[in-house]
Amino acid sequence: MIDLWIHPGFLFFIAAAALPFVKEKWKSIYKMATPVIGFLALLIVSHGNHGVLPLLGQKEMIFGRVDKLSLVFGYVITIATFIGMVFSLHVKNDKEHMAGLIYAGSALGTVFSGDLLTLFLFWEIMAFSSAMLIFYAPWKNAEVIGMRYLYVHIFGGLILLAGIFLYVGTTGEIAFNELPKEGIASMLILAGFLLNAAVPPLSAWLPDAYPEATITGVVFMSAFTTKTAVYVLIRGFSGLELLVPLGVFMALYGVVYAVIENDIRRLLAYHIISQVGYMVAGAGMGSEMAVNGATSHAFAHILYKGLLMMGMSSVMLMTGLRKLTDLGGLYKYMPWTFMFYMVGGFAISGFPFFSGFVSKSMVISAASELHRPWVAMLLTLASAGTFLHTGLKLPYYVFFWKDWDQSKLKAVDPPKNMLWGMGLAAFACTFIGIFPGALYQALPHHSEYHPYTWGHVIGAYQILLLTAVGFFMLLKKLDPEVTISVDTDWTYRKAIKGFTWFINKPIVIYETYIVEAYKKILIEPVKKWSKIGWTIDTWVFDGLVNASGWATLLESKISEMFDMHIIDKSLNKVPVIIGGSAKRLRKIQTGAIQNYIMAMVTGVVVIAIISFIFY
Amino acid sequence: MWIINWLEKIIENPEEMKKTKKFFLYFGIALVIIDVIIHIPSLHLVHIYFIWDWIPGFSSLYGFISTYLIIVISKWVGHTFLMKPENYYD
Repeated sequence: MIDLWIHPGFLFFIAAAALPFVKEKWKSIYKMATPVIGFLALLIVSHGNHGVLPLLGQKEMIFGRVDKLSLVFGYVITIATFIGMVFSLHVKNDKEHMAGLIYAGSALGTVFSGDLLTLFLFWEIMAFSSAMLIFYAPWKNAEVIGMRYLYVHIFGGLILLAGIFLYVGTTGEIAFNELPKEGIASMLILAGFLLNAAVPPLSAWLPDAYPEATITGVVFMSAFTTKTAVYVLIRGFSGLELLVPLGVFMALYGVVYAVIENDIRRLLAYHIISQVGYMVAGAGMGSEMAVNGATSHAFAHILYKGLLMMGMSSVMLMTGLRKLTDLGGLYKYMPWTFMFYMVGGFAISGFPFFSGFVSKSMVISAASELHRPWVAMLLTLASAGTFLHTGLKLPYYVFFWKDWDQSKLKAVDPPKNMLWGMGLAAFACTFIGIFPGALYQALPHHSEYHPYTWGHVIGAYQILLLTAVGFFMLLKKLDPEVTISVDTDWTYRKAIKGFTWFINKPIVIYETYIVEAYKKILIEPVKKWSKIGWTIDTWVFDGLVNASGWATLLESKISEMFDMHIIDKSLNKVPVIIGGSAKRLRKIQTGAIQNYIMAMVTGVVVIAIISFIFY
Repeated sequence: MWIINWLEKIIENPEEMKKTKKFFLYFGIALVIIDVIIHIPSLHLVHIYFIWDWIPGFSSLYGFISTYLIIVISKWVGHTFLMKPENYYD
C-alpha cells in the first residue's frame, strides 16, 4: 500500500471552490470526475491516522482516521455524490453543485475525523452547506423553511459543542472514540448526535425541510446528515441500551406518518426516519453482527433512498405536482422513472436479490441472535410497513390509481442525465442484492452472515406477499387525503405563533392599562402641583434667591477648606485600595482555557435560544 | 417497453387481472408449502431463536396482521390527532 493521503473532503472543497472557473464544456466531466477521484483516493489509502495537526498541550486534531468503519462510510458518500452529480448535471446553477460538493465534503470530513473538535468543525459546515440546498429552491417559502432548518441544526450543534467542551474539560481528552455511557457531557454529545439522526422528538426538522430542498439537492440531503449521525453513534455509543428502544420507536414512528402523508417527497422523508431506526437500533445492540447490520443498512439505504427521492423528484419536476391526491396514472408516460423507482421500492422493502434484503435482515437477525424478540418482531412489522407505503402506496397513487390526462398536462420522462443517475443507483441496489459479498467484505467486523438461506428468502416473500394482499384489501382506507400532519415541530411553529399572540394581545392591553394608570396617578397630580408651585415660586422663592446669594458666598469659603484637608488626603489612598482588590481578583482567574470557553458557550447558547424564540 | 405494455394489458383487462390474482394466490400457497417442507429437515440446521420460528407460514400471518394493524392504527392516530387542513400553519 502506498501511504498517500488525499483527504477526499478537502478534495471536494477545492473542487467546489474552483467550479465557477471551469470552462462550460468541461463542467460536466469536472463534476463527475471529482467524486470518482475521491473514491479512488479512498481505495489506495492505508489504515491509520493521517493528517494529524498538533494542538496546544499535546493534543492532536486528526483529520484522517482511516479504519474499516470510516472507510465504508467514505465509499458510499463518494458513490452517492457521483450519482447525485450525474442526476443534477442539467442544473445550470453552479452554486447548487458547490453546495452539494461542500456538503458531501463535510460529511466525509465528519466521518474521517479522529477527534471531537474536527468532528464539530465539519458538523457545522454540513449544517450550513445543506441549508443552501433548501435556499436555492424556487418555491416561495424555501427561505423560511431553510432558516428553520438552520436554526434547529445550530441549536443541535451548540448542544454538541457544550457536550464536547464539558467532556474535554473533565477528561482532558479530545480523541473521538467510544464515549462514556453516562454523565452530562456524554448525554449532551448524544443529544447532538440524535438530533442529526432525526430521532423523535428531535426529528421534525427532517420531514419539514427535505421535501422543500431543490429537485436535485434532495438526493444529497437524504444521504448525508442522518447517515453521518449513524456513523458517529456507532463510533461513540455502540452498545448504549437506550438506542435500542429509540431505534425501534423511530422505525414505527416513520411508518405511521408515511401512511397518512400526502406529499410525495415528505412521505419518503418520513420513511428515512423509519429506516434510520434500524441503524440506531443496530448501533444500540452493539454486537458485531448488529454493528455490521447498521453499517451495511446505512450503505444500502443511501443508495436506494437516493433512488426513490430521484424518482419522486423527477415526477415533481416533470409535472409540477407533489401531492398524491393530484397524481396518478403516470406509468405509461414516465415508464423509465416508474421502473427505476420500483427497483428502489423493491430494494427498500427487502425483496430478495435487492440491497435492502441483505442489510435489513442482518439487523433483524442480530436482534434474534441476542434473544430480543420484541426488537425482532417490531422491526419486522416496520419492514412490512416499508413495503406498504414505499413499495405499494406511493407508486400506486403516483403511477396507477386513476387515468392521467395527457392533454391537460403533458408528462414525459425527465432529461437523460436524470435517468442515468437513477439507472446507476438502480444498478448499485441490484448489484449489492445479488453480490452481497462485496459489501460484507468492507464491513467493520468480520462477517459470516448468509442472507440467502431458504428460511430467510421464503419468509421474506411470505411477508411481502401478504402485505400486498392486505394493501389491496384495505385500499379504500388508504386513499390519500388533502391534509398535512403535525409533528413535534408544532412546538416551534405553532407555539411561537401563540407567543406572538401573547405579545400582541394581553401584553398590549396590559400596557394601555399601565399608561392610563400612569396618567391618573402621576401626570395629572403633577400638573396640579406645578400650578401651586408656580404661585409659591413668585412669592416665596424670589425672596429666597436673594438670601441664597449671600449663602453661596459663605459656602464657597467652607468648601475650599474641605477640599484642602479631606479630598486631597483621600486621593492618596486610592492606589492602595486598587492594588489590594486586584490581588484578590487575580485569584478568580484560573487560566484554564476550557473555563473561558464554557463561559462563552453558555453565552452563545443563551443568545441562540433567545434568537430561536424570537424568529 | 414490454413491461409497461404487459402492465397495461393486465390493468385494462379484467380477465387478465383475474389471472394475475390467481397467480399470486398459488404463489402464496406454494410459499407456505415450501415453508413446511424446509422446516422439517432443517430444524436441526438453522438457528431457532423464538417459539414462532417453529410455525410454518408464520411470516405470512405476521405480514398480514402487520399490514392491517399499521393501516388501521396509523389512520386512527392520524384522524384523531395528526392530520390537519393544509393551511394549519398559515
